[in-house]
Amino acid sequence: MAMRPLLLLPEIVLFLGGLAVLVSGSFLPRTRQWVTRVIAAVALVAAAILAVVDLPGPAQPAMEGTFTVDTATGVARIVAALGTLIVLALASDEIAGSPRESETYALLLFSTTGTLVLAGADDLLVVVVGFLLASIPLYGLIGIARTPRGAEAAMKTYLLGALFGILLLLGVTLLYGVSATTSYADLTDRLAEAPQGVVAAGVVAVLGGLMFKAGGVPGHFWVPDAAEGAGGAVAAFLTTVPKIGAMLAAYRLIAMLPDTLAWPLLVAVLAVASMTLGNLAAYWQTDPRRLLGWSTVSQVGYLLVPVAVAGRSDLALPSLLLYLAGYTVTNLAAFAVTTTFPDRRDLDSYRGMGRARPWLGASLVVALLGLVGTPPTVVFAGKLTTTAAAWDGGLAWLAVLVFVNTVISLFYYLRWIAPVYGRVEPPAPTPPGAFVAATWSPTTAVVTAGLSLALGIGAGALWSVFSV
Amino acid sequence: MLSLIVFLPLAAALALLALPRLGAAAARWTWVAVAAADLALVVAAWLRYETPTAGRLAFEEQAEWIPGVNSSYHLGVDGLSLPLIAMTAVIFLACAIFALRETDRPRLQAALFLFLQSVSMGLFVAADLILFFVFFDLSIVGMYFVIAGWGHGNAARSAMKFFLYTFLGSLALLVGFIGLYIAADPHTFDMVELAEQTPLAGSSLAGGLVLAAILIGLAVKTPTVPFHTWLPPAHTDAPAIGSAVLAGVLLKMGTYGFVRIAMPMLPEAWRDWAWVIIVVGIVSVVYGALVALAQTNFKRMVAYTSVNHMGYIVLAVGAAGLVADDTAQARSVAVTGAVTQMVSHGLITGALFLLAGVLQDRAATYDMDSYGGLAGPAPRLAAFFAVGAFASLGLPGLSGFIAEFQIFTGSIAAAPVTAIALVGILLTAALFLRALQRIFTGETRGRSVGFTDLRAAEVWSVGPLLVLSLLIGVFPRPLLAVIEPAAEVVVELVGR
Repeated sequence: MAMRPLLLLPEIVLFLGGLAVLVSGSFLPRTRQWVTRVIAAVALVAAAILAVVDLPGPAQPAMEGTFTVDTATGVARIVAALGTLIVLALASDEIAGSPRESETYALLLFSTTGTLVLAGADDLLVVVVGFLLASIPLYGLIGIARTPRGAEAAMKTYLLGALFGILLLLGVTLLYGVSATTSYADLTDRLAEAPQGVVAAGVVAVLGGLMFKAGGVPGHFWVPDAAEGAGGAVAAFLTTVPKIGAMLAAYRLIAMLPDTLAWPLLVAVLAVASMTLGNLAAYWQTDPRRLLGWSTVSQVGYLLVPVAVAGRSDLALPSLLLYLAGYTVTNLAAFAVTTTFPDRRDLDSYRGMGRARPWLGASLVVALLGLVGTPPTVVFAGKLTTTAAAWDGGLAWLAVLVFVNTVISLFYYLRWIAPVYGRVEPPAPTPPGAFVAATWSPTTAVVTAGLSLALGIGAGALWSVFSV
Repeated sequence: MLSLIVFLPLAAALALLALPRLGAAAARWTWVAVAAADLALVVAAWLRYETPTAGRLAFEEQAEWIPGVNSSYHLGVDGLSLPLIAMTAVIFLACAIFALRETDRPRLQAALFLFLQSVSMGLFVAADLILFFVFFDLSIVGMYFVIAGWGHGNAARSAMKFFLYTFLGSLALLVGFIGLYIAADPHTFDMVELAEQTPLAGSSLAGGLVLAAILIGLAVKTPTVPFHTWLPPAHTDAPAIGSAVLAGVLLKMGTYGFVRIAMPMLPEAWRDWAWVIIVVGIVSVVYGALVALAQTNFKRMVAYTSVNHMGYIVLAVGAAGLVADDTAQARSVAVTGAVTQMVSHGLITGALFLLAGVLQDRAATYDMDSYGGLAGPAPRLAAFFAVGAFASLGLPGLSGFIAEFQIFTGSIAAAPVTAIALVGILLTAALFLRALQRIFTGETRGRSVGFTDLRAAEVWSVGPLLVLSLLIGVFPRPLLAVIEPAAEVVVELVGR
């Protein structure tokens, strides 16, 4: 066991990049804040390249065995860094030249670093560190726009985050109390001999904390509010990137637990609750960002499906990674459409977009049908493999419920697609007016939607990388 | 060869999308040219086709796709799929010609239909369950946009109902596919391997559940009673060429699934549940015909006769599951009839829906009582409709007779009780004759006054469909020679 800090180079690059953005942003005039954006982008690209170079390797412990660098960590690094890079492109439309431009970029980088710490954590205390590092910048990000709704959402997120953070610490304390260790390497054996009631309470508490980070039941209440109240780029970020770390942390936790209690059932129940609640709540939303917010709650449910069979099916980990990568790209594509027209906060105000901006319309269709899991987008490959993993791991009923929920979800995504291609009624009311697009967002939307299709068709290649 | 047939229309669709400045006429003629080229490729494939050995496919192509779950890009044809891809190419060409007069966004419409053509071709030649599912789902997406974008009446609502309903079916299908995948050893989605392995043989509960999932998925698409309720509104509000493709091609995806997937891969469960399938078939036949009889809307009536005609197919494939030593010949005849019916129904109903489109185009209504004596101003329409109606009700000399005769010969030999479904033929005859009388005979009145007869594009799109139906009715041999060996293989596989 050694420190081997170089293994954490991508995380270090991101964190130092955040610091550099923060410091240089303080010295640059308002008109030249774009320099900080370039610094942030360089840090993200560098982190992604470092992760790619490291990728095809066996699992390597770092920081005395508290952090693992393996394929999953590598994929998380690449997906999170590129995801944040896409968010950066969306942000440049929205906050370029605004008073808090550089701070926003710095907070995005810090939160991404926290997510990556969570993704590789092999020790309960590192989970706590990652949780805090990912959450605290997020509170600031949500409120940074200084709108009334943003303030409400930030408050709500902060209070819930504090509550679930304490819950997480409580869980860690309980598990440490019965096992005298926080390292996953030792926990498996020691928890098998510990009193099962305490172990159960501790695991549920830790899992609850992670569900707050992922935005799944029972820690989901902040997601729709934050998606609606925060700025578009921040909304895209908080519904996408933190999930990568939280889901992998949940996976490692469940995979580590001894086979003494029905953990798969616990996770499966959370998964079903998340997907069902998210879908039903999304039904009659009229604000597209709030609708997407609820839709991400349901997506957490689908993401939990392979976690439920962690260690019980060979398909589980690669399918989780595939779903995470696909979900990130597809969800960002949907958000990119909303940041293209930040003033259109009603599904009906998208009426006629398909005709006015055909490429954007097509991107939205690909993104939304992609979120449903329609082939040939990459989420379909993810959904197919995650459900196959669930069935393979003995949870056939969970696979069936995933598909039932998929049908339920189709309706509200169609509620958005329908006006886009619907007939334009006599002159559109004034607020939306003509479809004048922002500069970066439409390109981002088309690129991410195209990526969603391309990754779906090339899912075989992705799979062979993920299952190393 | 097959990849070219499948992806040529898609490439043309992308080209049309990428050229926004292309004129409307150029777009329409490009569509016709590409559809004709695709048909020519299919004809070339047919001429070179040799019946493959049992359990194999002709013109096979295979490439790795998602090796992690043993799903590959695997294409191939046999006697079950070759007639269907030929029929698909013919119908899409007919639609392209019919749409030569289209003025509403012709470039987008051409691109969308070319996309649908790729998807339909791909489905019929897919030899991998995931590939099959991908095309199955994309056909739903494509048809949703056809109905929502070019439909009339309450198109948005019908399109939504169509999408939700058939998407539900497709997911049930996917559940069944995953069940097959998990049960297979080694896990695979390859159709040829699954048919060889027959996973779930010996476990009647799991086999029954997986078959139930697949059957529900296919029954929604086919559709059979009680899953047919999405069909009438979708047809009524769809544009004419959309209806022709929906009824002619998309419905066949369901029935094709029975003979391609359910019967060879789950023979034991199929035999156990054969009676349920037969009953569903009989109910669909009789119920579909009775409801069609009560319609006053011409397009709805044709839509319900589709339920009736699909019922014959379900009945025949169900009867093929009643395995007894002395009926192998009869069951093979029934399956041959079922596949012939798929082709025949595609041609005939495609033609009838295009003719319904003419009614909508000229007089903006499908209501049969609004017309009368239409044969006077529109003799060509009357003649075409009469041929289509007689073909649909199974008059000898037309393709419907060949199909239904074989279905009943085979089914009644296997299970005499299926003779009940003969009532369906009688009812269909009654309803078509009545429609003929209401619309075309008597004094010219109502919307018939000043009705313009068929134009050249309409004649050249509907005519060939009816001529093909006639050709199959008179010289069925070339078609049956392709289908029969494949039908024998299916019957043999079910008997395992």
